[in-house]
Formats: sequence, C-alpha cells, structure tokens
Amino acid sequence: MTWLAWRQSRLQLLIAACALLFLTLAFALTEPGLNHLYAEYGVRPAAFLARVQTGGYPVLYFVGGAVMYLTPLVIGAFWGAPLIARELETGTHRLIWNQSVTRTRWLLVKIAISGGAAMLFAGIAGLLLSWWAGPIDRAGGFPVGTSQLSRFDPIVFGTRGIVPIGAAALAFMIGVTAGLLVRRTIPAMGLTLAVFAAALVAMPLWISPHLVAPAQYTRPVVANLSTMRMTSSGQLNDPVTSLPGAWILTDQITTAQGRVFSLPQVAACQTGTQAQCDAYLAKQPLSQHVVYQPASRYWTFQILETAIWLAIAVVLTGFCTWRIRRRA
Amino acid sequence: MDAVIQTQGLGKRYRGRQALTECTLTVPAGTVTGLVGPNGAGKSTLLNLITGMLTPTAGTIRVLDEAAGTQLARVGFVAQETPTYAGLSIADHLRLGAHLNPGWDQAYAQARVARLGLDPKQKAGKLSGGQRAQLALTMAIAKRPELLILDEPVAALDPLARRGFMDDLTGVARDTGMSVVLSSHLVSDLDRVCDWLIVLNGGRVRAAGPLRGLLAAHPGLTTEDMVLTYLEAAS
Repeated sequence: MTWLAWRQSRLQLLIAACALLFLTLAFALTEPGLNHLYAEYGVRPAAFLARVQTGGYPVLYFVGGAVMYLTPLVIGAFWGAPLIARELETGTHRLIWNQSVTRTRWLLVKIAISGGAAMLFAGIAGLLLSWWAGPIDRAGGFPVGTSQLSRFDPIVFGTRGIVPIGAAALAFMIGVTAGLLVRRTIPAMGLTLAVFAAALVAMPLWISPHLVAPAQYTRPVVANLSTMRMTSSGQLNDPVTSLPGAWILTDQITTAQGRVFSLPQVAACQTGTQAQCDAYLAKQPLSQHVVYQPASRYWTFQILETAIWLAIAVVLTGFCTWRIRRRA
Repeated sequence: MDAVIQTQGLGKRYRGRQALTECTLTVPAGTVTGLVGPNGAGKSTLLNLITGMLTPTAGTIRVLDEAAGTQLARVGFVAQETPTYAGLSIADHLRLGAHLNPGWDQAYAQARVARLGLDPKQKAGKLSGGQRAQLALTMAIAKRPELLILDEPVAALDPLARRGFMDDLTGVARDTGMSVVLSSHLVSDLDRVCDWLIVLNGGRVRAAGPLRGLLAAHPGLTTEDMVLTYLEAAS
C-alpha cells in the first residue's frame, strides 16, 4: 500500500520539493546579508529597519509571507481534495477497494504519505522563513506605516514557527474530507479553500485571543491629534510602542466614565479651530485602555494554535475512516 | 455442495428507488454462474452487494460463509466499465496487485499480459476498452480468489474478443476450481460458458438454477428463448 500511495503522489512531492529547494536557495543566499546588517545596526533598530526596507529584502519578506499563506491552501486543494475524490470520480475505488487491503488501511496510508509530506514541507518552509526573518523580528518586526508587523501580529503569526505544520495538516484533512463527502474533485477543491479560509479568519478573531487570559492596563493619557490616529468612526487610537513584540488585542481611549471616547461628539473639534480642539482635549480626563498578550507568550500561542489545528485534523481523519467504511 | 453465495430476502433501496427486492438464492461452489437480465434489472446492485461495495437495506447475504465484504483476499471483483488507473502502466498495475494481495501470482499475471500481446510499459489510460477489461481480469485472476465476480466484463469488447474472453475465463475457472459469477444483458455471452443461471428482472429473481435443469423444463427452447420466457412471464 505504501508503494501505491508513493507512486500516486510522487509527482506532487517532486514539485513540492523543487518549490522548497527554490525557497531555500532564495533565503539561504540573502540571509548572510541581512544578518550582517543586523550585526552592524542591530543596536539601533530604526537604522536597521531603514536598511531592511531597501533592496530585495521587502520583496523577500512579503513573498515569503505570501508563500506561507498559499502553502496550506495549495496543499488542501491540490493534495487533500483529489486524494479520495479523484478515485471516486474515475471509479478506481472499485478497483482498489477489491484488492486484499481494507479501505481503512488504504485511506490511512494515503493520508500518512501525502499528509505527512505536506506537514514536512510546510514545517520546513515555516522554520526557514522564521530563521531568515529572525533579525527583522528581533528588531520589532517589519515597518508598516507608523507601526511594525511583529511576529506575534495575527497577519504574521501563522507564517512562522510551528503553526504552518498544523495549518498544513488541517488544510489537507479538510480537503480529504470535502473530497469524500462531495465525491467530485473540482467542487471539493472550492469547498476546501472556503472552509480553510474561514478557519484562518476565525482563529485570530474568535479562538486564540481567549486561549490564555490576556493582560491589560488602563493609564491616564493626554489626547494629541498629531500622534494619535483616528478610526473611521471617530475613535482615537494611540499606537502602543511600550510593548514590543506583544499582540495588542484592544487599544482604546476611554472617558472618565469608562466609555470609548468618540471625537465627533465634541463640539470644539467639530466647529472650532485645531488649537481650540487641542486645548479641549488636553483638559479631558481620558485614559488609554490596552488589552494584550505579552511577547513572552509567543511560543505558548505557537504551541496552542498548532495543537488546535492538529487536533481538528485528527478528528477529521477519524471521521473519514468511519465514513469510508459505511459508504461506497 | 458448498455454497459460495447465500442470500435470504436480500433487498437494496436507493433514495426512493427499490433496486433489489426479496432476493433469495444460493450459488454452489465450483460453478460458472451467469446473471442475466435487461438493463436496470438489478444485476450490478446484486454483484455490488456480494462484494460488499454496497450494504443491503433488507435481508442477509453470506459470501464464502462470511459476511459480505469481509473476505477481500478470497473474492475478486471486476467492476463495471473495468476501472483502472489511467496514469499507471500495465506493469504498475501488476506491481500494485503484488503489493496489495497476499496470494498474488506474478508469474501468471506477466504471462497472461504477454499472451494478450500487451506492452507492460503502456499506460492503462491509452488502452482500448477491451484491453482494459483484459488488464482488470488479469489482476482479478492473479489475485487467486476463490470467488470471482465480473460485472458486464465483455460490454466493451467486439464479438470475437467476447468469445476469446469467455473461453479464457472458463479455462481458468476449470483449471483453478474457482467459482465465477458474471453478468451480462446478452444471453449469447453466457450461454456457452455458464453451468448455473440466474434471471433477474425488475429487481426480482425470476429464475435460478442449473442451466441444464432449467432447459430441461423448457423442452425445445434455446437458452435465449427460455430466458425471454422467464422475462415475459414476469412482466
């Protein structure tokens, strides 16, 4: 059975190995330069980050991130979804299920070979990017506007460390399950992309903020329109710079009553001059309320999120083995 | 005589459609059994229930004295349209069979492929329907099953190839003592090779028994006419 699973997936594995080799070359060749810059300017992160924003580094940084986003999607749609669906579509399940190997064993070996390879490739790619971007992450993250993309930021988090291993396993098993239920490759691929994208959005929005009770503080603050940003609904937002590498969940300016301060309700700022508005704001008893996950919890969250993805993948594997036994 | 297949009140219902009703029959060991009936009679349903590809919605079925679908190594199955892996070569298919079956007879499989004039390096996707059927049959025989089930195996073959395929199959059955059940909607395919006959129509068994015995009960009729008599009596 191992031979057949290998024979059926070897082309995919070869393509993945080539892609990984290309990625490794790109990062291995540019890493010494980046490391050299960090050694030279690392004590002054601003100077280092200014250098990092030149040359090929921004392209490598963002293409690397995009590759890590695409990897589980490609794995789910092109490895996971066709694994069973193509057999059902072409009728070959009727050939293979009548050899002397049980359906369960057939399924589990196929999942182990392709899914294992998916986790291996995604894991290597994720660790490779983490290694390459190490100096940038140590300097607080890639500069974007007035803030930085730390490695704990939800946009970056899943592309680093060990989370890509869990994401690859989950996307693959979503694909396998969709293929088994839908029984046709193309619709199963579409369903896989939709479901995995939903999981990708749900994790930082609704699941992971609650995995560990977040830290928080409330401090008096003087509103200042020149350093604060205003959201589209008129709420002030003061970028938190005192917590490098933390994941900021909430950053609000609140009134003495604890309500979120909203600028459009202030007459002096609606009709008055800039000076009148600043004078008004300076007298307000405003506070900054920040809810965050400290930078020290980065690996805790890496482990928790990976474990959640892997656990769902295992549950889906169990469902597929149960399902394939009772349906042809 | 030992029975290779025993069913009791067997029924299969798909969503809203009854495909097989109250099917009770016994197929003795060592026979070549023909399953005949018009398209949609329930032949494929019955064969898929025997191999365990489908589960019954009524009644019971025993295959080789065990529950259907549990004796994978002892039952060979050539499914309708003889599916094969288009991207794998004939040699790959034989290798697959060798890896997945404990009783695999590689020497036989290779000899049979050579005798059929097939190139082992040829991809199965490039074979004609008849060649694909031969590949599927080779795999099923090389597995050395005690019971071989074939669902419309000659549907894709021209008349001459049909005769060759059937003669070949009976030869193997005679040599190995393996029991064979094969279906066709053409009586002429089965007439020469079968010693046991099951007539199916509208999801019900219309006749089942030794071919000689059935013919003796209808003096003067050919097998074809006799089957038609059973089918007409049913409708």
